[in-house]
Amino acid sequence: MKKVKTAQELKSLQEEIKNSRDPEKPCITICAGTGCLTYGSQKLVDNFRSEIEKQNLKGKVEVRASGCHGFCERGPLVVINPQNIFYQRVGLDDAEEIIKETVLNGQIIDRLLYVDPVTQEKILHEDEIPFYKRQMRLVFGMNGNIDPNSLEDYLAIGGYNALIKVLNGMEPEAIIEEIKTAGLRGRGGGGFSMGLKWEATRKAPGLPKYIICNADEGDPGAYMDRSLLEGNPYSILEGMLIGAYAIGSDTGYIYVRNEYPLAVKNITIAVEKARELGILGKDILGSGFDFDVLIVRGGGAFVCGEETALIASIEGRSGEPRAKYVFPSERGLYNKPTNINNVETWANVPLIINKGAEWYRSIGTENSKGTKIFALVGKINNTGLVEVPMGITLREIVYDIGGGIPKGRKFKAVQVGGPSGGCIPESHLDLQVDFDALSKVGSMMGSGGMIVMDDRTCMVDVALYFLKFLEEESCGKCTPCREGVHQMRLILERITEGNGKEEDLKTIEWMGKAIIDGSLCGLGGTAPNPVLSTLRYFRDEYEAHIKEKRCPAGVCKALITYTIDPELCTGCMVCAKICPVEAATGEKKEVHTIDQDKCIKCGACFESCKFDAVKVS
Amino acid sequence: MKTRVKKIIDKYHNDKGFLVPILQDVQKEYNYLNREALNLVSAFLEVPISQLYELGTFYKAFSLKPRGRHEMKLCTGTACHVRGVPLMKDNIERILQIQAGETTPDLEFTFETVNCLGACALGPILVVDGEYHGNLSISKTNRILKKLGKKVKIDEES
Repeated sequence: MKKVKTAQELKSLQEEIKNSRDPEKPCITICAGTGCLTYGSQKLVDNFRSEIEKQNLKGKVEVRASGCHGFCERGPLVVINPQNIFYQRVGLDDAEEIIKETVLNGQIIDRLLYVDPVTQEKILHEDEIPFYKRQMRLVFGMNGNIDPNSLEDYLAIGGYNALIKVLNGMEPEAIIEEIKTAGLRGRGGGGFSMGLKWEATRKAPGLPKYIICNADEGDPGAYMDRSLLEGNPYSILEGMLIGAYAIGSDTGYIYVRNEYPLAVKNITIAVEKARELGILGKDILGSGFDFDVLIVRGGGAFVCGEETALIASIEGRSGEPRAKYVFPSERGLYNKPTNINNVETWANVPLIINKGAEWYRSIGTENSKGTKIFALVGKINNTGLVEVPMGITLREIVYDIGGGIPKGRKFKAVQVGGPSGGCIPESHLDLQVDFDALSKVGSMMGSGGMIVMDDRTCMVDVALYFLKFLEEESCGKCTPCREGVHQMRLILERITEGNGKEEDLKTIEWMGKAIIDGSLCGLGGTAPNPVLSTLRYFRDEYEAHIKEKRCPAGVCKALITYTIDPELCTGCMVCAKICPVEAATGEKKEVHTIDQDKCIKCGACFESCKFDAVKVS
Repeated sequence: MKTRVKKIIDKYHNDKGFLVPILQDVQKEYNYLNREALNLVSAFLEVPISQLYELGTFYKAFSLKPRGRHEMKLCTGTACHVRGVPLMKDNIERILQIQAGETTPDLEFTFETVNCLGACALGPILVVDGEYHGNLSISKTNRILKKLGKKVKIDEES
């Protein structure tokens, strides 16, 4: 691509690309986000391409591998334009049929359509599906319209308009004011005002100034940042460019998890292409503004999502946080003023500049503006990424968008905010989701993981799971976190093994408070949340483990036994064949039994029994 | 080895600020951080070997021991956890006779857990040599291990 030297040149290039595109030309978009790729969608893309060659349709039909569409549950996803037909669970061999039937003849292939589980109606278009209908996909929605490796695609949908607007005479102070007015708060966990952060960094003495995009998305069960980086990397660059201009920075870093190879690849390509076009580099669009971006891959440490630890990691040290009596905005990377924001927060910036702070403010609740992307996962029918306006209720997310709990089981809790968050019980399902409301019920926005749990999930086990995670990921620098989380884990482990004592619950509670008060960084400061919130809402489950030595959900190995229900057993012998220790035995067509002395509780018989004859108690 | 390590360091313009990515590349090259390579990095960049070991032990991505021929990564993210991944972890550990994070003595298998692969719709997930196996179950882990040459009882019909 030829370098553009002025905003005018970029504008005309945009026009040129727009005009060269025929909106009526058939286009097959295949979702190639990590979710769909694991279903094999790359193969599907290849099949479409070779099929187009085979049928001499090159130049007449376009094939686009796009970023994540969000509805991971139903992947691989394919959208056929201009009709906007939505196909799901597309087989790898369906390419030929789709081209012949749908693209060339306009025929709908019934079996690939989404069926509404309630009405049993077949749905033709993406935006009519309940999963999408209740969403507001401002930041995430563009993913489906572009090939993440194509800068042209981004320009064609109006990309870099916000940058042009800013460089065409918006004063840095005015930009910061706009972001402040919009009320955009950090999407990575802290929820701090982005505008205030920018202002502090701009005003801080010292040069150079750095900006950082925090893409060290370590929360288990959250993957929206990855999907944005993979699916629409240019929007993040645009956000960073605007931020750098407003703050007065000439160097940016993107710190991305090495476990996200596709995100690393796509953002690297995006940076290279932006450089080629002259959007990154010296004297950008003739404005005199210099800015470039470096990509740093993380080393796989959860704590590096904490900003001071992240800075240490970029500097080539172990990612240990420091006390924040001086904020990074004053002394951050290499002791220079540094502004760190999370991926999703950066992606919101072009939107605000394009559409204005007042428009942005109109979405959301009093103190939480705009939308938030949540990863809706766990025991839920429609797993995927959902972008919703702040203020939507949990019930709407879980039932209307998420489609409820699989196999008709009972909802128990939703865990929001990852290892720093908390479990929210059914009684709070009508809670309006925003930063403050979540904190009030003992959870937090965090990075936006929403893990749904049903009656077969043990809350003590979940709390223990998070403690184990945090114990492993604690950097070990400060004592309350290093030792406190460890001790709490030991106590919880004892409880799940049936050796809990009644005073344990009290001990956990005061320890939790001590860890929160005494820890150096956000990891320790929020580490007890999963325990304290489950203790708050599911105390009876803890008590069942301690007093009755019973795990009501049937999860904790030491407290359960597998037995065979003689009424239901048909003597099919599957359990006997599969049992690794020969504990399950019996003759053909006769009721089987499990020898409790031999049983190692591996769960194999329970899983394989087709007649639900194996019971856990 | 000298030229291979030098090549990696050159890629980062001898910049000590890129220690983590340099070690990532070294690990990719040799499949683990071996002593010799670390000595070379230390000499080239003039950083103490202790600092490299600090990084090597702090970050999960690094391994100071040789890794197995087959790499198995089991996602233990929260979504996979609530869908029953602990049982599958126990099963794999039992069959391979190692704990997660270890390599079998014959260097055939390295079995690790990862925090989240971000493909939660398919959970539980096991990645074997880069290939994703979604909607994992105990019997699926059995079949996968059997294919890779382990002796496992499976139910042929299912």
